[in-house]
Amino acid sequence: MTSTPVVVRETTADAPRMARSRLLTLGLFCLLLALSLASLGFGAAPLSWAEVLGGLFGLGSEQHRLIVTEIRLPRVLLAWLLGAALGMSGAALQGLLRNPLAEPGLLGISSSAGLGAVLALYCGLTALSIWALPVSAMMAALLATLLLYGLTRGGASNLTLILAGIALSSLAGALTSLALNLAPNPASLQDIVLWLLGSIADRSLADVRLVLPFVLLGLGLLLAAAPALTLLSLGEGEASSLGVHLSRVRALIIGGSALSVGACVSVTGTIGFVGLVVPHLLRGLVGHRPGALLLPSAIGGAVLVLAADLLIRLLDTPRELMLGVVTALVGAPFFMALVLKSRGGML
Amino acid sequence: MSLLSTEGLTVRIAGRTLLDGIDLDIDAGELIGLIGPNGAGKSTLIKALVGLVAHQGRVLYRGRPITRLSRGERARALSYLSQENQVQWPIRVEELVELGRFPHRMGWSDRWMGGQAASAAEADRSAVERALRAADVWDLRSRRVDRLSGGERARARLARVLAVEAPVLLADEPVAALDPRHQLEVMALLRSHCRAGGGAVVVLHDLTLASRFCDRLLLLHHGRRIAAGEVQSVLSMQNLSSVYGIEALFGRHDGQDYVVPWTSASSGERKA
Repeated sequence: MTSTPVVVRETTADAPRMARSRLLTLGLFCLLLALSLASLGFGAAPLSWAEVLGGLFGLGSEQHRLIVTEIRLPRVLLAWLLGAALGMSGAALQGLLRNPLAEPGLLGISSSAGLGAVLALYCGLTALSIWALPVSAMMAALLATLLLYGLTRGGASNLTLILAGIALSSLAGALTSLALNLAPNPASLQDIVLWLLGSIADRSLADVRLVLPFVLLGLGLLLAAAPALTLLSLGEGEASSLGVHLSRVRALIIGGSALSVGACVSVTGTIGFVGLVVPHLLRGLVGHRPGALLLPSAIGGAVLVLAADLLIRLLDTPRELMLGVVTALVGAPFFMALVLKSRGGML
Repeated sequence: MSLLSTEGLTVRIAGRTLLDGIDLDIDAGELIGLIGPNGAGKSTLIKALVGLVAHQGRVLYRGRPITRLSRGERARALSYLSQENQVQWPIRVEELVELGRFPHRMGWSDRWMGGQAASAAEADRSAVERALRAADVWDLRSRRVDRLSGGERARARLARVLAVEAPVLLADEPVAALDPRHQLEVMALLRSHCRAGGGAVVVLHDLTLASRFCDRLLLLHHGRRIAAGEVQSVLSMQNLSSVYGIEALFGRHDGQDYVVPWTSASSGERKA
């Protein structure tokens, strides 16, 4: 029970831990850059590395520039944005709900954005403007977020939030099925189904520009909640007693997830499991601190999406596989393994 | 002026009155024991003191209503230990205790850049070390909280509460999970916090510990104050039988009165 403050710096493992956390972020970022380069260099038109880099920085021929910046770059950038949005939202929601099985899909944001897109396809609005689909999807995501916020306003518990999310996503799912059911012709049915499967192929820089501000704003909101997330390890009562504003934290995380994921889904279609898997793989590496998990999860998400997309192109199947299908095929068994493991003990 | 006081503190949730007009004064240097059967409103009172549940009446910290304090001021004034002996993620003991320093670094950069702020100030480091040593978890500081025994975890959580270095400690059953030696140590620790000029309100089920360590007791039943004041007057034979339905042994050792619950009033061995 001594109160003499001896030198603690040697005895606490603070410094190496921080270094490890940063090293992880840095390592993931390098991996992301490498995958991005690979993704830029790989495609139907065989380009040398010099031609790829030349095209990227506008030094080479006009043809190379077009191939790299108009066809390959949007795909890479969308993978970054989508992966970051899904990864960080997943990490933040798992921290907020203190439940390792939470993910953005749980709140019903993705399925609502999907519904908005399907309605645009169903009504033929897509023929009017290329903006019709993403704008419609984003409006639906926004509407869903407001509905979710209204349902859980005023100190509702986490259970209420989860239940509201499930209700919302079932409703969106049911309406999407209805649209499929009533689809006027096989062509629009195929459009809808293909869009629902999720993909980042054949998108343009205009799509990236549309999504970018929302994703950045959303990620900013989520990062602002980072310290509070770590404090929530203590439970809501003690966290609140230390100065955490619970309803504000909840609003930040719901709003941030909805903005970033809603915006991405409006362009890429629904892509699942990334938000669930990535925080899980990285959690142990940051010492299980929910606040420290956000940034690595964002980068890790981008890595996973980009890797999955690259895999799709390398596999060279007769019809290109859809990204959402691949992430679900990898993600679902992972989820089952997680359930089995969580039966065995804490997390 | 009292360190912490309440005036007509009343808590109603969904039409039910959980606390009814409680007046309480906690002076600097005092360890107050909060006792009463399950459901008496002890935890609710502690939560109302911290500002976690909406209440009528007033809670004053050094004469100022706590509703007028900023979040940061309140967090630095009152340190709260909840009843659940759980930590949600398997972080390490040291990291857990460091969380108690959060109210002291609510600067812009800390709030936005992460609670894991890289360089905790020297003051924070020494506060964390003092807390780790005081709660006897210094040797466990690098262990993960999910690999601790229940008693070890309870002490680690207590260290987190001590690390705030707040004048007032509000602890909801801090000794429930502890073995006798650590129960005595934790109670002694709380009392020494008070002797050093702080104040504490501690929810206890163990009446022997309450009589041994507390300066004053508040006995609650169905949200009402049944008795308050000196240990001896609160733990009277009459109060124990009417509130708890028990009979107890009363003794005196080294000039200090103590109480040992002995039989439930309804059981057949009351003549023993």
